[in-house]
This record gives sequence, structure tokens and C-alpha cells, in this order.
Amino acid sequence: MQLITAQALLGLNVGVFYAMLSLGLAVIFGLLNIINFAHGAMYMLGAFVALIGYSYLEQWFGISLQIGFWGSLIMAPLVVGLLGIIIERTMLKRLANLDHIYGLLLTFGITLILQGLFANYFNVSGTPYPGQPEVLSGVLNLGFMYFPTYRMFAIVFSLVVCFATWYVIEHTRLGSRLRAGVENPQLTQAFGLNVPLMVTLTFGFGAALAGLAGVLAAPIYSVSPLMGADLIIVVFAVVVIGGMGSIMGAILTGLALGLVEGMTKVFYPPAANTVIFFLMVLVLLFRPAGLFGKEQ
Amino acid sequence: MFSNWKTGIATVAAATAVSLPMAANAELSDGVLKIGVLSDMSGVYKTLEGPGAVTAAEMAVEDFGGSIMGTPIEIVSADHQNKADIAASTAREWIDDDEVDMLTALDNSSVALAVQGLAAERKVITMNTGAGTTALTEEQCTPYGIHYVYDTHALPVGTATAMVKNGGEKWFFLTADYAFGHSLRDNTGAVVEELGGEVVGSIQHPLSTNDFSSYLLQAQASGADVIGLANAGQDTVNAIKQANQFQIVQSGQKLAGMLVFITDVHSMGLDIAQGLQFTTAFVWNQDEEALEWSNRFNERHGAMPTMVQAGVYSAVSNYLKAVEAVGTDDSDAVRAQLGEMELNDFFVDGGKIAPNGSMLHDMFLVEVKSPDESESEWDLLNVVSRIPADQAYISMEETKCDLVNK
Repeated sequence: MQLITAQALLGLNVGVFYAMLSLGLAVIFGLLNIINFAHGAMYMLGAFVALIGYSYLEQWFGISLQIGFWGSLIMAPLVVGLLGIIIERTMLKRLANLDHIYGLLLTFGITLILQGLFANYFNVSGTPYPGQPEVLSGVLNLGFMYFPTYRMFAIVFSLVVCFATWYVIEHTRLGSRLRAGVENPQLTQAFGLNVPLMVTLTFGFGAALAGLAGVLAAPIYSVSPLMGADLIIVVFAVVVIGGMGSIMGAILTGLALGLVEGMTKVFYPPAANTVIFFLMVLVLLFRPAGLFGKEQ
Repeated sequence: MFSNWKTGIATVAAATAVSLPMAANAELSDGVLKIGVLSDMSGVYKTLEGPGAVTAAEMAVEDFGGSIMGTPIEIVSADHQNKADIAASTAREWIDDDEVDMLTALDNSSVALAVQGLAAERKVITMNTGAGTTALTEEQCTPYGIHYVYDTHALPVGTATAMVKNGGEKWFFLTADYAFGHSLRDNTGAVVEELGGEVVGSIQHPLSTNDFSSYLLQAQASGADVIGLANAGQDTVNAIKQANQFQIVQSGQKLAGMLVFITDVHSMGLDIAQGLQFTTAFVWNQDEEALEWSNRFNERHGAMPTMVQAGVYSAVSNYLKAVEAVGTDDSDAVRAQLGEMELNDFFVDGGKIAPNGSMLHDMFLVEVKSPDESESEWDLLNVVSRIPADQAYISMEETKCDLVNK
């Protein structure tokens, strides 16, 4: 029982990362109809912005400044979000009227370029992020297990971000305009709303979410050029299971699948890496729109 | 990651260009004696072997005088990226096109097995300092393959014996999922069971795992006394650090690092690593001679040598001595000479290279000092006991190598 609760907590730890990343993917897909394969690279980039800000600013750019963990939580999403906006404006926009597959191929290419770029300068097997704040470096005694404070912080912080995003999109004026833009871009534009601007900002926001997840992941996992590539396939499976374009679906599925993975580690460890894909196949066969998606 | 590899090839190319105009020496085949250092220059094993191994090989050549019988000696190096196919194609190019005479380092057992086999087909000596698997001198032994520093038989003899005798009878393994990890787990398990202990479970993790938390919790739940880490390098460091985060040791289980390098202890820090026992072939301050060499190495490399880096120096210098003694770089003659020699330097004391390629030498069981005991940055280890070569290594009566006449 102790092992089950402990693995459940670790599963939740993984689940919040799934949730944050699949949330970004779902928002981008919902509004732009783009399957953003570069999402994993944005996550990786977020972690690298934190690492570079902490350790390499002086060495590389001659700026005697160190951006700590808290600073990175703001900096990295801004930098990554800006890059997202540039990518959307200069490249993805031109593919807006083409089939999904073109956007997927383009973003896949961007992923490979970013990974190659970072692999050239950094250890492929990962560089530890040294900037974990002192306040979060302790250990919590939860009774059934000891749990590092930082991991608990990551869980709580990610949950807050996920549900805040959901609230903004589903329950505010801004959100309702966004949803209107998704439902019928022409009509929304006719009402005087600037749909292309909304699209660009949404892409930037989705990318920023991935960057933020990257910063949160940096102290737990080593920062590596391939960290996003390892995760993105699973995250796509999460989005497929949850239903493309469903915000709450992406969050809940991300969390649930983290838990499922954790539980599999208790009962049959060798299947832990494949259980999500097994579920994905089942969902595709019996409910192709996903658990939370609307059948068309 | 590719830049190192390319630099290596560029070095080789440049070296070939330079060597062409020189008059070929009557004895040494192509006018230059080339030693190839093939190591992990960018991944998990970079710190323990990698660029430091190149430095050690260069020091060996310089100390030898830079040339042998009037022929220049040259070091070439490349990154194998822990991929057997990349290692094999680099080795093939080195041997076939660049006439490299001896290959060393070869950390990572998958790489080691691939390169040793390929080199033997081309009659080239490999002096492996970095890989652990006993297959190099057992099932897959070759007439030209030498295993120089340690193997997965020598490691558990000291560590597992000490732990079982101190009451650590039930073992659970975290195993790196490739040739080396499996070999280390099986050999350690055998030692544990021979002493009356029990292996209660094992879980495989991929090479270079960042998050050991769920593996560690399973190990904790298994009820084992000892969690054996059948992995190496950054993996061992991550596992020990995270065991500390999840308070595994504080909750009563012991960790046994089956392959730990001094650089790992240095990167973990004494607070986390203190009390950890492991087996090593070399401690930089074990005696005056070792201390003197290690200080020179530290000045050039910026860190004290690991056992495999010190081993590269010893392997290269003994290879050069053997070439000089027989007056040719013909692999059969040099290998025969190496088998005859008794190896004595700061690294090895009375070592012998057995017919199966295993370099038989004493090992040490060491314990990590507490922060109070340590007097300097690298003063990290106490020698607990010396493990005689005949206990540490598989004997010629027991070996499965078919080169040995029993």
C-alpha cells in the first residue's frame, strides 16, 4: 500500500509535466489546427534558457549576471514564447491554408534543427541544473514516504498553471473570444476581432507553457538536448487519448496517465513505458475522437 | 557532440599527411607508431575516461621521449558516443586507412566488444582500460585483446564480500540495461549467493537515466538490505544522489556502488557519499610514486586521475616498452612480449597479462571519507583492504576463454 501511494505521487509528478505540455499542444491545435511537433523542442529550450541564464551568461556573453530559478520561471517562458511568435509569424502562417501534415513536417524540421544546435554545444546525456533554490532543497516527510520538497513544489505549481489556463479559456471574456475564433474565424473577424493576432499570441502562449515546463523540469532531470524528444511522443499520445483540442481533457488525461504509468511500475514494471501507447491504441479503436473530444 | 569526432578524424588526416614524406623505418611498419584513444568524449563516461584518457596517453608518450627507435609516436583520439556502430566504423577507419597500431580506452562494454573483435580480425592489439564486461577475456577473448584495469569479476569480490559479511544478505539490483550492467549484476549476484546471501530482485534501467526515483522506491519496497548499483558514471551518481533525496539510506538500507570512480565521489560530495564502500584498481595517493604522477596529471587535466585514466598511462607505456623490447610493431611479437613482462609502475605492482588477455593485479576495497577526515579537495578515500590478484580475477583454470590450454 505504501508503495502504491508513493508511486502514485511520483506518477503525479510525471503527470503534471504531461498535463502542462499536452495543454499547450491542445490549445495550439484547437485554435490554429497545427500539430506542433516543435513543442518538445520548446520544452527543451525552456530548460536551456534556465541553465544558460544560471551558468553561462558571463562565460558566453560577457554579462556578469546570474538569473536564478525564480527569474528563469519568468524569463524562459518569455524567451520561448517570443520564439514561438516568430516561428508562427514567419513560417507557420504561410502554411495556414494547407493540410495539417505540412505544419507537422515544418515543426518537425524545426525540432531537429534546435536539437542539433544544442547537441553541438552541450552534453547529449545531460547537464545537471545547479540553480535549484535553497528553500526548496529539503525533504518532506509525508508519513508513508520522504518526498523532495522541490518535486512537491513542481506538482503544485504546475497544477495551478494548468487550471488557471483552463479557467481563462473557458470562463473569461478573453477566452470566449478565443473560442469564438476557433469555432468560426470568418464570423469572429467580421465582428471586428483581430483573429490573426489572437492566433499568433496563442501560439506564443502555448510555446511559453512548454518553456515553463522545461524550467520546472530542469532541477529534477538533467538538461539535455534530447529531453523534449523523449517526452513529446508520450505527450502526443496523451493528447490523442484526451481528445484533440479539449483543454480540460488534456489536463485530466495528462494527470491520469502519469498515475497509470506510476501504477504500472508497481504491478508490472517492464510495461511502464508502453502502457500509454496501449491505451492510445484502444482509444483510437473504440473512441477515435478521444475521451473528452466531441465526435463529429 | 560531432565536433569531437570530427576533430579526431581531422587529427588523423593531418597526421597521415605529415607522416607521408618521412622515411619508413625498417622495423616499424609505416614510419609512425600510432596509438588510438577511442573514448566517450561527450556522454556519461566523459569525466571518468574521455579527454583525461587522451591526456594520460600523451603523458605516457612524452615520458617515453616522443619517439621509439627513431620513429615518432602519435596519439589520435575520437568520440565513440557510446555507440558500438560508431566505435566500430571509427576503429575500422583508423586501422584500415590510418594504420593505427594499438587501441586503448574503449570504455563502454558494447563498444569494447565490437572494437576488440574487429581489431583482432585485423591483428591489432587493444588494451582496454574502460569497459567492465568479463566477456572481453572470457567468451569473446581474442589473441590481441588485453583487459587492463578492472572487470566485473574483480569489482564485486571486494565490495560484495565486505557487505555480505557485515549483514547485508538480501540484495536488490538497479542494473544499467546493456552488456556491462548485466555482466556486473550476474557476477555480483554469484558472489552474494556463494556467501549465503540472496538476490531478491533486479530492475533494468536505460543507460543515462535521469530519474531513478521510481526504481529506488521499488528497491526500497523489496525489503532488501542492500541496493546494488550495477551501473556506472553519471547513472551511479544520479542514483546515489536521489537515494539521498528520498532518504533511502537514512531509512535503513545500504547502497553498494559496484563501479564507482573517484570523479563520481568528487561530484557527489562527501556529505552524500561518505561511508560508501567500493572496489578500485588505483587510488591517486596510494603511494609516493602514484602521488607524483597524479599531481602532474592534475596540473594538466584539472582533476585527479580515475583508475582508468591512470590505467591508460600504464597500458600505453608498457605497450611502448614491449615494442622497444622486440624491436618491431608486429602485433604477435608485441603481444607475446607483453605476456612475458612483469608490469611495475605507479599504477600496477607485479601485474601479469594472462593468456586470455586479463591483466592480473591487486585491487583495493576503499571507503569514502567523512567530510571531517578529508584534508583536501581530492582527499576522498581510505583504503580498507587489498584484494590479491588471484582472488580478484578469474583464474586460468576456470576461464572460459578457448585460447587457454588447460
